[in-house]
Amino acid sequence: MLHTVNKSSFERNSLQSCINIIDDNSVILLIEDGVISCTNNANSEMIAGLAEDGRVYALQGDVDARGISSKVADNIKLVDYAEFVDLVVEHGTPVSWV
Amino acid sequence: MSITKKFMYLNRKSSYGTVYAIESLEVVLIAAAFDQDVSLAFIDDGVFQIVNGQNTDGIGMKNFSKTFHALGDYDINKLYVSKESLDERGLNEDDIMPLVYEDEDDDWAEKPSVKVVSNAELSLIMSEQDVCLSF
Repeated sequence: MLHTVNKSSFERNSLQSCINIIDDNSVILLIEDGVISCTNNANSEMIAGLAEDGRVYALQGDVDARGISSKVADNIKLVDYAEFVDLVVEHGTPVSWV
Repeated sequence: MSITKKFMYLNRKSSYGTVYAIESLEVVLIAAAFDQDVSLAFIDDGVFQIVNGQNTDGIGMKNFSKTFHALGDYDINKLYVSKESLDERGLNEDDIMPLVYEDEDDDWAEKPSVKVVSNAELSLIMSEQDVCLSF
């Protein structure tokens, strides 16, 4: 399953809630302020394991808008809008954690 | 008779996820137009508002980070950034936009407007204000 998270982990617990619930086949796509979680920061540990398994994606446009493209953690995969669509095709209708 | 008060604008949210950041900037410019003593504080995710190198081409929104460069011309030159908030987010002083103003009392020398301060220092600066507005 595909899960999108659009809030900063410093502002809301959306990302933590999502991680608490999802199964082993799920992937997370960080969008909008959710991309704040794709850098190495005080909350990185939350998604470190998932990222290591290649199950965390972040939307390139949102990363660029926030000026953090040079700080994205190594194992988080950046995708554009077309690849977002590919993820939906592969994993099915996304669940959005707002 | 005009009264000058000390206003601090407390920015706690990043730029593009909500309208708080751009609305704050609008109000800051209004206060400056009324010749008030204006300070800005950036804490929590608010620090992302003045991160260098923002490029909004991919999200179809206006990159208003450039407007912060104009604040110096409105005599707004007290921008405080929380050191703790930067640290938590894996950011440092070098990631912040090099905002400057020209000091009329010092032959218009160009000086930095941004100061990274601890939360304790920020708390002291806040206590000296007449009004603190939170965004």
